[in-house]
Parts: sequence; structure tokens; C-alpha cells
Amino acid sequence: MILDAKIPDGSIEDKWSNHKFSNKLVNPANKRKYNIIVVGSGLAGGSAAATLGELGYNVKCFCYQDSPRRAHSIAAQGGINAAKNYQNDGDSVYRLFYDTIKGGDFRSREANVYRLAEVSGNIIDQCVAQGVPFAREYGGHLANRSFGGAQVSRTFYARGQTGQQLLLGAYSALNAQIARGQVEMYNRHEMLELVLVEGHAKGIITRNLVNGAIESWSADAVILATGGYSTVFFLSTCAAGVNVTGAFRSFKKGAGFANPCYTQIHPTCIPQEGDHQSKLTLMSESLRNDGRVWVPKDPKVSEQLRNKDIRPRDVAESERDYYLERKYPSFGNLAPRDISSRSAKEACDKGRGVSYTGFGVYLDFEDAIGRLGQPAIEERYGNLFEMYERISGDNGYETPMMIYPAPHYTMGGLWVDYNLMSNVDGLFVLGEANFSDHGANRLGASALMQGLADGYFVVPYTVANYLARVGAGAPDPDGPAFKEAKASINDNLNKMLSVQGKRSARSIHIELGRIMWEYCGMARDDAGLKKALQLIPELREEFWSNVRIPGTGEQLNIELERAGRVADHLEFAELMCHDAHDRDESCGGHFRVEHQTDEGEAKRDDENFSHVSVWEHQGVNTAPVKHNEELVYESVTMATRSYK
Amino acid sequence: MKLNLRIWRQDGENSAGRLVDYKMDDVSPDSSFLEMLDLLNEDLIVNGDEPVAFDHDCREGICGMCSLTINGVPHGPERMTSVCQLHMRHFSDGETVVIEPWRAKPFPIIRDLVVDRTPFDRIQQAGGFISVRTGSAPDGNAIPISKEVADYAMDAAACIGCGACVAACKNASAMLFTAAKTSQLNSLPQGKAEKDRRVLGMVAAMDEAGFGNCTNYGECQAVCPKGITLDFIAQMNRDYAVASTKKLFGCAF
Ligand SMILES: Cc1cc2nc3c(=O)[nH]c(=O)nc-3n(C[C@H](O)[C@H](O)[C@H](O)COP(=O)(O)OP(=O)(O)OC[C@H]3O[C@@H](n4cnc5c(N)ncnc54)[C@H](O)[C@@H]3O)c2cc1C
Ligand code: SF4
Ligand code: FES
Repeated sequence: MILDAKIPDGSIEDKWSNHKFSNKLVNPANKRKYNIIVVGSGLAGGSAAATLGELGYNVKCFCYQDSPRRAHSIAAQGGINAAKNYQNDGDSVYRLFYDTIKGGDFRSREANVYRLAEVSGNIIDQCVAQGVPFAREYGGHLANRSFGGAQVSRTFYARGQTGQQLLLGAYSALNAQIARGQVEMYNRHEMLELVLVEGHAKGIITRNLVNGAIESWSADAVILATGGYSTVFFLSTCAAGVNVTGAFRSFKKGAGFANPCYTQIHPTCIPQEGDHQSKLTLMSESLRNDGRVWVPKDPKVSEQLRNKDIRPRDVAESERDYYLERKYPSFGNLAPRDISSRSAKEACDKGRGVSYTGFGVYLDFEDAIGRLGQPAIEERYGNLFEMYERISGDNGYETPMMIYPAPHYTMGGLWVDYNLMSNVDGLFVLGEANFSDHGANRLGASALMQGLADGYFVVPYTVANYLARVGAGAPDPDGPAFKEAKASINDNLNKMLSVQGKRSARSIHIELGRIMWEYCGMARDDAGLKKALQLIPELREEFWSNVRIPGTGEQLNIELERAGRVADHLEFAELMCHDAHDRDESCGGHFRVEHQTDEGEAKRDDENFSHVSVWEHQGVNTAPVKHNEELVYESVTMATRSYK
Repeated sequence: MKLNLRIWRQDGENSAGRLVDYKMDDVSPDSSFLEMLDLLNEDLIVNGDEPVAFDHDCREGICGMCSLTINGVPHGPERMTSVCQLHMRHFSDGETVVIEPWRAKPFPIIRDLVVDRTPFDRIQQAGGFISVRTGSAPDGNAIPISKEVADYAMDAAACIGCGACVAACKNASAMLFTAAKTSQLNSLPQGKAEKDRRVLGMVAAMDEAGFGNCTNYGECQAVCPKGITLDFIAQMNRDYAVASTKKLFGCAF
């Protein structure tokens, strides 16, 4: 596996401009000779498909939902960052760049992150022009709020529905191109295989989820924007259909998987209540602008709260521990996610948790309501309070909300170079599905920014460079490589259908989730990871000998869809644990219990682990092989993260 | 709690469907409606029966995928709540609950409770956008937009495209859905240039897809999980009247 990041020469400020200039271009009249497949219609895939269509390429876009508008990006609540400095509070491209690198605990690639910060302003301009109704001040200008890990206010938002509005913006741009005939949209089509022809990504195989047809699609390049893999934990803040299939099957075809163990556990989610639960609901981090996080100082008081003998408001101010404010005075409740999540775990592990399971802390708005009045808080977060009440039955204005960390986002993903191309020629990877920008921890409001940067502003340039290099000529979709891929997909589906065992795929997924949360969740150690590496293959065995999928493959079959995704998770989970075990240091969201400071903070080992771990597939039941991309910092000095 | 479920089962678009009875013995009032169906499916699968197919994804009330008619009401009994956010605490022990798909001609049934809503996409493709080339936009603060206008646009933009409005309407009208989009874009300064073209195009696409007329019953507004109001339909009608008059007199848009 060759890992050449292809970082352009020049100073960090000039790299992207230089690169755009030296890139090859495809002449406008020739663009229509090229076919591009985009898998995914979220912020990354939707914006890429729309822009490439607008440029004149023939685009085919695929998603598993019944409409591109339903991609999981729709669920993002809080906001999107951009270095506009509209608040005149000292923001700049460099500051956004630095905050992102530091937030990622110095485990991301400098040049990519700088470019992200550089184009962030264009994203806001583009979205405003599309009619995205961002929040405004009375003067008519765009409003901002603050998010974790930053001391400036640079987050743009549309009530608590920023992802929805940005996605509908991208969807509208996509629709304009569908109407022009430049983009063909295939809803309810699931990609099951990547097809390589002479080492280049030249197509995919999909299953039509309505009638079960297995179909081949060929193109000059393939763009994957299939999102993250938090659903490996079963319970997460993600949509039910979120899956690792697109990325993992590409991995099995030779694409390197980078840092799979970097997962983000979001600090502010509604705590789990019972076994019936199918998902965990995120309460936007923006709430930490005004909410204060606390638990009682004394575990005995927590116990009384858990038993409902007393109410939270009965706990005297002096009895409360606002632990984030205490531990991180300069960032307070806006400490980054990994740090906030771990602090909550630590408090609950010491018996100071307050929800009835013992795994929950308070997020209290009493002070903010006293200071600003309830209407101001309603204006800012009304829909979030409503959502909280709908799920928990409690009124967050009257009593503090209860929150606990939950799996939310995955920084790891397919390895890509500066052009967002994987090590497989012609396979580009965008959005949450790639690994490049967030290192070991992502800052809030930066995923939306990255998805749109990749799709609107990066890949339209970089794909041209590849296409101009190889020339037009999509292979025959009935050629041998496609036939073979189709046959192997059919075999796999038939094998799954023929098990006819006694367990549902869902029950096995739940079991996998428990293993991952226990041993590869917020705290990881050598023994636990070894244990997981033993349990996962056993569970995979159980799946292949005991899963039951009623019905056939020739119709809409929700169990077959689910089982396919679970089967991939069962292999992928092992990869994640290998990576977590191999990375014998703590960094960002990857916390190895063996490596912490006296104060319980993550302790990096820059000497041995200042690299991206890129894994190469060797076959199921065979350990993957690791390759390193060394991270070189030219513009920033690596430092111990401090938010104190 | 115990429940008697009567669920619409239908193998495919052209097969006959029927209501089938199922009994649930141990439903937690804290579980969501869809989690209750997950449990039913779990039982069905383990017993070798085919699970009930239904659409869902985010389970947070935002993707617009879930689409069940409960006791005759799209999204069920709670106001401003999509079915994925409906909790079992709103039902009583021993209750009979009838679960059907969206019932509307333009949304054919694919299987069980899953319907085809692609006509909605076609309406959006007929003008639900502002044409602006990527990278050609002016600075985000170049055009100040009053907070009132931004809020109005956001109210309209909150539509999740679920189709409950169509399912609730006896004419299967898509006016509420379409008006939400035209009102959002037409109210903003950026969207004015294509205002007339947009409303004419989207209304024509709506008619072409077989959605019925609006006769002001207001059922759509009552079931809409996002609070989209009839005011937007009134706004669209005004925009439409202006645009068609201009067209009649041959004015350039
Ligand atoms: C609840 C929640 C709140 C969030 N809030 C914020 C926030 O406030 N700010 C922020 O910056 N980030 C936020 N995030 C993160 C952010 O929303 C995501 O990281 C981002 O939207 C991912 O975009 P994407 O385009 O990469 O993928 P997605 O939006 O997940 O899109 C994936 C697409 O791929 C398709 N797909 C997947 N697999 C297949 C397959 N096998 N075949 C065919 N199609 C497939 C899907 O249909 C979909 O169209 C939030 C995330 C969650 C879960
Ligand atoms: S208007 Fe309301 S009911 Fe109709 S599609 Fe939009 S959100 Fe659903
Ligand atoms: S499942 Fe997304 S709105 Fe109900």
C-alpha cells in the first residue's frame, strides 16, 4: 500500500491556491464525456453531485433512503463553523485552523485542515445564496453562537435545525441538476460493492431495495460519501440506517482504513432508560453555551436524587460540583467533547451520577434563565427543550436536564490524500466517511463545514486532475470485473438468507454494541481490547450460523438490509479494536486507561504515535496490516492540549 | 402494557392487502411507537414470520422518513409529533391500535406500511431551488435580511417532507408541502428573481403528479408534525395569481 499524501509545496497559506493552479483541468466541452458515481446524498455527497453536475459532468447519485433529502446530515442541530470574524472577536482562518488541529489533539493532517478553514467562509456565502435561513440579528446580519473548544463565536445556525437547512440547500442544488438532466438520482439503492478495473475504481454494484435487483454501474471515477460508522455501537445518536458498508467493502477491495478507533462520544445526550431503546438522542452542544453541568459533591446526595427522595433544586449551591468549570476554568462548560464526556464518566463512576441508572449528570439552565429570562432561552433552544420533554417527560426550564455521553461521530474513515483520493486510484472519499480533518477528536460544528467543503469546494477541482490524467472511458458494466462482483454479492446474500437460524440480526447487533461500548468505548485498555478481539469473532460465528432472515432477496426485505449492515459491522468492529489496541497512547477521544496524567487527562505519546494508522485488509479472520503516514507539523508546534 | 395491533400487510404494489391482528403483552410505556414495532418484528422473525416493513431512519422527527397512519390519523394522536417521536405513554393498556400506511393515490404502497413518495422530489425539482453556481455567491452579509423575514423563511423551511399532509387530505393535495417551499424561497431577497417561474413550475408539477386540489379542509395543518400552517398556502395562492397574471400578459419574469 502506497501512502503519498500529495501535500503541495509552499507555505501553508499558499498550498491550496498553488495546487488549484497546478492541477490539470478538464475542458468544458469534454466534461460531458466523463461519468461520475457519487454514493451518498448527505452534505458531502449532495453538494459534490450538485456541483459536478453543474460543471457539466454526468453524475449518478445513490442513497438508501427514499429521497436524497433524508440523508443523516439532516439531523445535525447545532451549527456550522466559519472563520468570518463577523463578531469582531479575533477570529481568523489561522485561528480556526489552529483550534481544529488542537481540538483534534495533534493527530490530523495540517495542510487539509488549513484548507478547510480557508474555504469555510465560502460555504456560508454559498448557503446564504441558496436561501438557507440562517439565524439573523435585528440589523439583518448573520448571528453566531459559540461551540466547544473555541473562545470565539463563529458558529452559524438555523434554530436547532442547521443540518436540515444546509442539507435542504444542497438538495435544492441537486434538484436543479436533476431537472437539467445532469444528475440521475437513484433512491433506495444500496451500494454493496466497489468495482476495480485494472486497479482503478470504475464502478459499483447496488441492490435495489424495492425489488431486490442487483445492478452494475460503471463510471470514470467513484466518489464515496456514505457517512460515519457510530452505529457499530448499536446505540448512538445516528439514524438507524447509518452503516459502514460502503467504506468497509471498499476497504476489502484495497482502500486503506485510517484511524478506525477514533470515535467521538458526545457529552450531551439523553441518558439511556431501558433495554427497549433503539437510539440515543443528542441534545445539541450549543446548550452548553448557557447550561451549567453539575453533579452533587457527595455520592450520598446523588443516591437520594436517584431514588427521588429529593429534587435537584433541593441541592444547595455549596453541595454542587460544577466540575467542568472547576477543572477547566477558561473553557468551563465549553470544554471539548472528549474531555467533557470523560469528566461525566468519571463523576458517574465515582457514584455521583444522578439518573436512575446512575449514568447521568445535570445540565442546568437556572442561572441563564435568571440572567436572561425564559423567553430568551426559549428563543435560542426552544425546540431542544421540547424534544427533551417529549422523550424524558421532564420540563427543562423547571428542573435541570439530565445528560450522558453517547457515540455520535467517527473521526476515522477511509484514508485519503490531499486530493481526497484514497490509495485506490479513482476512489474519492468525502465527509464523515474519510479520516482527514478532525484528528482524534472533532470540534462541534465542524463536520457540517467539512462535508460541504469537501463537496462544494474541494473535490470538484481535484477530481478533474484525476480525470484529465486517465482520460474518458467508463468500462462496460457487463465486463468481467462487474460480473464477478455481482456473482459474489449474490452468493453472499444467498448465504445469509439460507442460514435460517433462530436469532434476529438486530439482537446480534445489540450484543455487538454492548461489547464495543464496554471494551472500545470511552475508556479502553489492553485486557479489555484483547477480550473484545476474542468475543467479536465468536459473535460473527453466531451470526453466520444462527441468523434468521425471513422472506427472499427479490423484494423489499428490511431484515436482509439490516443483516447485511450488521455483517459488515461484525467484521469492522474487529478492525476498530485492533487499531485501539495498537495505539498504545491516549489522544483525543481515544483514551487508553494506561496512559493518563495524574489529573486523568489523555497522555499522548508523540514519539511513537504521531502518525495516521492506515490498515490494509488481509482477509476475514486474519489480522489486518498497518501502515503509517507520519504527521509532520510545519506551521504549528505540537503541545499538550490545555483548556484550563 | 398490553396492546391489540391491527396492521396493514401487503406484499407488493399490485397485491391485495389486509389488516392482520397481533397481540403485544409487555410494552413499556417509555418506549417509542417504533420501538414497540421493533419488538413485534423481533417476535415475528424469531418465529419465522415476515416482519412488518415500515420506513424510518433518524427517529428524531427530522428526516421525514417515518410514515404511519395510526387509528386513521397520519403520525398518530399527538399534535406536532412525527410517529418516531410518539411514545407509548400516550396509549392505554388493552387498547386496539390500527396501523396503516399513508393512504393517497400519488403514493403507491411498496410493501406493508412503506409507500413511494418520489412525486415529492419531482415537485422540488420543478423549481424548489435558487439557481446559484457554486463559488459565485457574494459575501453572506452582503444583503441584510430582517430577522422577521429570516424567521418567516425558517418557519416555512421546517417542513420535513413526510407527506402526512397529503395522507390526511381527502383530495390528496400537496399544497401544504409545496407552499412551504415556495414561501421560504419567495420571501427571501435571494429567491425573488425566480419567484414566478418557481411557483408556476412547482404547482404544475404537483398537478402532473396527480395530487388533488386544495378545498380548505385544513386536515393537512392539523397533522403536520412541524407546524406548517395554511397561511403558507394563502401566500402561495397569491404568488401564483401574480405569476399567472404576468404570464397571461406576456410579461417577462
Ligand atoms: C444528531 C447529530 C447531530 C449533529 N450535529 C452536528 C452539528 O451541529 N454540527 C456539525 O458540524 N456536525 C454535526 N453532526 C455531525 C454531522 O451531521 C455529520 O458528520 C455529517 O452530516 C455527515 O455528512 P455526510 O455527508 O458525510 O454523511 P451523511 O449525511 O450520513 O450521508 C450519508 C449518505 O450516504 C448514503 N449511504 C450510506 N451508505 C450507503 C450505501 N451503502 N449505499 C448507498 N448509499 C449509502 C446515505 O443514504 C446518505 O445519503 C451531528 C450528527 C448527529 C448524529
Ligand atoms: S407540510 Fe408538514 S405534513 Fe406536509 S410534508 Fe411538510 S412536514 Fe410533512
Ligand atoms: S424517522 Fe426521521 S422523522 Fe421519523
